[in-house]
Amino acid sequence: MGRYILRRLLQMIPVFIGTTLIIFLAVYALPGDPVKALFGDKAADPATVARLKHQYGLDKSLIEQYWMYLSNLFKGDLGTSFSQREVSDILGDAIPVTIQLALVAFVLEAVFGIALGMLTGLKRGKIVDQIVLVLTLLVISIPIFVIGYLAQVYIGTKWGIVNPTVTDSNDITQLILPGIVLGSVSLAYVSRLTRTSVVENIRSDYIRTAIAKGLPRRRVVGVHLMRNSLIPVVTFLGTDLGALMGGAIVTEGIFNVKGVGNTLYKAITGADGPLVVGTVTFLVVVYLVASLLVDLLYAVLDPRIRYA
Amino acid sequence: MPELNDTATARATATVSPAGTGDVTPEKPKKETSNSLWSNAWRDLRRRPVFIVSAVIILLLLAISAFPGWFTDADPKPGDLTHFLQKPNFSHIGDADWFGYDAQGRSIYARVIYGARASIIVGVVTTAIVTVLGMLIGMIAGYFGGWVDAVLSRLTDIFSGVPILLGSLVILQAFTGRTAWTVSAAIGVLGWTQITRVMRGAVITVKQADYVQAARALGAGSGRILMKHVLPNSLAPVIVVATISLGMYISLEATLSYLGIGIQNGISWGGDISDGSEQIRNALHVLLFPAGFLSVTVLAFIMLGDAVRDALDPKLR
Repeated sequence: MGRYILRRLLQMIPVFIGTTLIIFLAVYALPGDPVKALFGDKAADPATVARLKHQYGLDKSLIEQYWMYLSNLFKGDLGTSFSQREVSDILGDAIPVTIQLALVAFVLEAVFGIALGMLTGLKRGKIVDQIVLVLTLLVISIPIFVIGYLAQVYIGTKWGIVNPTVTDSNDITQLILPGIVLGSVSLAYVSRLTRTSVVENIRSDYIRTAIAKGLPRRRVVGVHLMRNSLIPVVTFLGTDLGALMGGAIVTEGIFNVKGVGNTLYKAITGADGPLVVGTVTFLVVVYLVASLLVDLLYAVLDPRIRYA
Repeated sequence: MPELNDTATARATATVSPAGTGDVTPEKPKKETSNSLWSNAWRDLRRRPVFIVSAVIILLLLAISAFPGWFTDADPKPGDLTHFLQKPNFSHIGDADWFGYDAQGRSIYARVIYGARASIIVGVVTTAIVTVLGMLIGMIAGYFGGWVDAVLSRLTDIFSGVPILLGSLVILQAFTGRTAWTVSAAIGVLGWTQITRVMRGAVITVKQADYVQAARALGAGSGRILMKHVLPNSLAPVIVVATISLGMYISLEATLSYLGIGIQNGISWGGDISDGSEQIRNALHVLLFPAGFLSVTVLAFIMLGDAVRDALDPKLR
């Protein structure tokens, strides 16, 4: 197990370097001058442009810039954003908010998604199953910002159940509606995936054996069926954790949540290179750690998998 | 026996799973004929209502995006403020005021019809890029194995580490005058990893099959084996993933347009939904019609992909 974790950690290094390099190149090598953009429509003073370029290291070659970025990163320095604030500072404010939001969405999709999936899988072909199948398909095909706006207008403004926008991003109760919206699509996926998996496993020999040897239904469903059916679901949930952190761009924008997604969106549209690279680096780390955790969880769920 | 199975198969078709795992339906084993997987699948598909419905919707959308003039006489571009946020008039089927007017007094029906083309182009072109790249890389990695596979698999890991929405936002931000083609290219460059993984897995399975060994023993070269044996036999899962992702790319383009970084020239559903969301408190119909068309399109591709998957899944036979 220890050796497996070590090998996986080593494999993460080239992936980390490659992914950050792609984002780095997309930000700095593509057309568009970030420093000139700082001046907006005004004519840029060449001396100031040169000074700023030097300050952010933009006068060096791309490879040198990337090397500087990497070596600073290992010292724990994410650089300074074009707004003159430390990137680590900005992220330090935004990350706790996004973690709370992602947690709300994650708990919802895991609990309700698996519950709905188990229910529909066990009641396959019944009316409950049909209704849930149609509803989840609808949720998947409606763009998330439409769901977000409808939820905001109806639940927030017209029926007045909750605040339509988040006034204090650190108050987790205000994050429940954005969390539901953020998790809705994944919830639909989780329930469908669980259903498919349950339907596949329910006809397997070990379930028949478990019933035949007289185990109570609760144990057959809760232990034998569920534990085996959850293996593909756990993979999805793990990779989705990363997606929830980054995919919150839309949801955070609609509900005015001051999290990572909002920060990143402002950084991208404002062409704030250091902030974009820093934020995406953080998201890549989340993604890599989540996929490592998924692989380790496999061993817990499925004892047939052993890591050498 | 087809009559007996129809309800069971119809239920099974309505399943989406991102991992591409099939749904098992208790179906009577069909009589084995000499027919290929593809003709069996086609016979099976023709009987599925879900397939027929989604295929009809998709054909209609293709017709709308190719010949929008056939479906409306109204012009989608000029606004007439006397029609400001006018409510839909459902009795005027096919007229300019059928779906009402938006905040600039433009006919929503005409805009929905003319906006279809951008979405369809993004969906089809992105899927084409992703499929070609993904199949090529997956086939090379799976067939040659060894260090080639190691390098390409790491490359796949790297690209799948870039979140697709964020990555395409960063790329597209650098371009001005974005068209449906620019957006497709940006999504396509980042989106090929899923098909690569599916293809690689399929190729590794096919490679060990006896008929491939036999072909190699008869002296066939790598090129011939890849084209004549490996490719046709690993196509099925790729087609399923590609069809379902086509809908997803259309939805992604709308999200990009909503964030203001999508198609800039011309009419698109994403842009209109974004405009409509500003009017959501006054006039819901401005948002509802483009959003409805978009959702139905995405839905049609997902259902088509599901139906094809169920028809091609050998576990159902």
